[in-house]
Amino acid sequence: MDTFILIGITGIGLGALYFLVASGLSLIYGLMGVLNFAHGSFLTVGAFVGWWIAGKLGPDTSMIDFIIAMFVGGLAAGLFALLIEQLLITRLYDRHIDQALVTVGVSLVVGALLGGWFGNDLIMFPTPMWFLTAVNVGGAMIPADRIVYIATAIMLLIGNWILLKYTRIGLIIRAGVENRNMVNALGINVRRAFSTVFFLGGFAAGVGGVLVSVYSNGVSPLIAGSYLIYGFIVVVIGGMGSVPGSFLAAMMIGVIRQFANYYVTGLGDFVVVILLAGVLLIRPQGLLGKVRA
Amino acid sequence: MNALSVKDLHVKINESHILHGVTFEVPTNKVTALLGRNGVGKSTTLRTIMGFYEGTGSVELNGKEILGMQTHKIVQSGVAFVPEDREVFASLTVKENLSLAARGKNNDDAYKAVYDLFPELDTRAAQQAGSLSGGQQQMVAIARALLNKNEILLVDEPTKGLAPKLVTEVADVLAKVAQTTTMLLVEQNLALVKRVAQHVIVMDQGRVVYQGGPENLHDDAWVHQMLGVSGGHK
Repeated sequence: MDTFILIGITGIGLGALYFLVASGLSLIYGLMGVLNFAHGSFLTVGAFVGWWIAGKLGPDTSMIDFIIAMFVGGLAAGLFALLIEQLLITRLYDRHIDQALVTVGVSLVVGALLGGWFGNDLIMFPTPMWFLTAVNVGGAMIPADRIVYIATAIMLLIGNWILLKYTRIGLIIRAGVENRNMVNALGINVRRAFSTVFFLGGFAAGVGGVLVSVYSNGVSPLIAGSYLIYGFIVVVIGGMGSVPGSFLAAMMIGVIRQFANYYVTGLGDFVVVILLAGVLLIRPQGLLGKVRA
Repeated sequence: MNALSVKDLHVKINESHILHGVTFEVPTNKVTALLGRNGVGKSTTLRTIMGFYEGTGSVELNGKEILGMQTHKIVQSGVAFVPEDREVFASLTVKENLSLAARGKNNDDAYKAVYDLFPELDTRAAQQAGSLSGGQQQMVAIARALLNKNEILLVDEPTKGLAPKLVTEVADVLAKVAQTTTMLLVEQNLALVKRVAQHVIVMDQGRVVYQGGPENLHDDAWVHQMLGVSGGHK
């Protein structure tokens, strides 16, 4: 039973990281139809800025220091995402191949620049001592950092829900995911919502980048790779444009992957691909996605 | 005085030449019906006026050129649009659909006017628009357009796919709205057109072939020749 709880909760922790990457990706695709391969670079920028801030805040990183580093990392990634949207994406709306090429290009450039500057080896991310401890949950000793991943993902989900449900920009985003032409036809400049979504998506990816660095035992220009792929899988399974769908899919994938890998090493990725194929066959719009108008 | 003047409007979509120099006027404070067989370019005309399609020529709203402007700016300048197939936001509630459309700061009077016109929307304010019937969705679509002060209302086939009883209800509403609003109406239902239109434009193969009063709509031979239907109803 202890093992079951341990694998379950660490799987949820892994799912939380996937969710942080996927939530922005989902909204960006759902609202704008932009297939954003630069999303991984948002994660990397957030991770490096967070690492730099954590290093500046002192040799013994406290929980407050870490939260500040995570927030600033998210902010930097959000601003970087906004910059990319304003400089490049706004010129390429409805040009999907060009979007894919440009965003792949951005991710390559960012990776090369950071690699040239810092090298591609993992650089240790300063973390609070508490992260190295374990928390007893139902008899299972859960690594404390997993609790932080889960709590962050839940806070992001709640924040997203409040924004989408109770603010005008949230209303515009929800309507735009369904039918952005009609939002324009109501006299609303839907592109302003696009910028907000890019910033929020970048922020979540940046926060995710800091946590992925902790999970990966360090920051590196290469950390985003597999998380971006899983982010896309989460978005497809959860449903394009559905943040709750992304949350559900991320948790499912994290848990299934952990259990599969526990019983047969390396089976996790295979099971996730089977799950993806099954969802595409049975419910192509994803678990909570809607068929676009 | 014309609210809307369309001059020599050409539109190509994916290399297909859809509109070939469409020219017409929509008189202020009148209902103008845009008629024609299926596929002659009526909806394309409305959608080009709305900025969904690019075109060449001229579209003037009260003398101001709006062709080439972004859709949201065209709407802000006073053009409201009720699209074919309603296009309500299915996952949003009725209230959310309306509040998305309302642009002014204090819209209490506008909401009251809309709820007076459609009392059912008030009682169903918290219901998801996607779960409404076709007729109720049409009410939402029209209500959204009426929440703001408009120079002209473009309405694209408001009775399409509705049950006969609902057609009458929508016709009643349009007749009421027509008393105070300039309207360009694309509609296949000739009975409705005869009831509300004071000006008629007929299109054929991407061109305007008739522009004038509605009196010819009572001439079966003319209707059959121009629209390919009997004068009674289609």
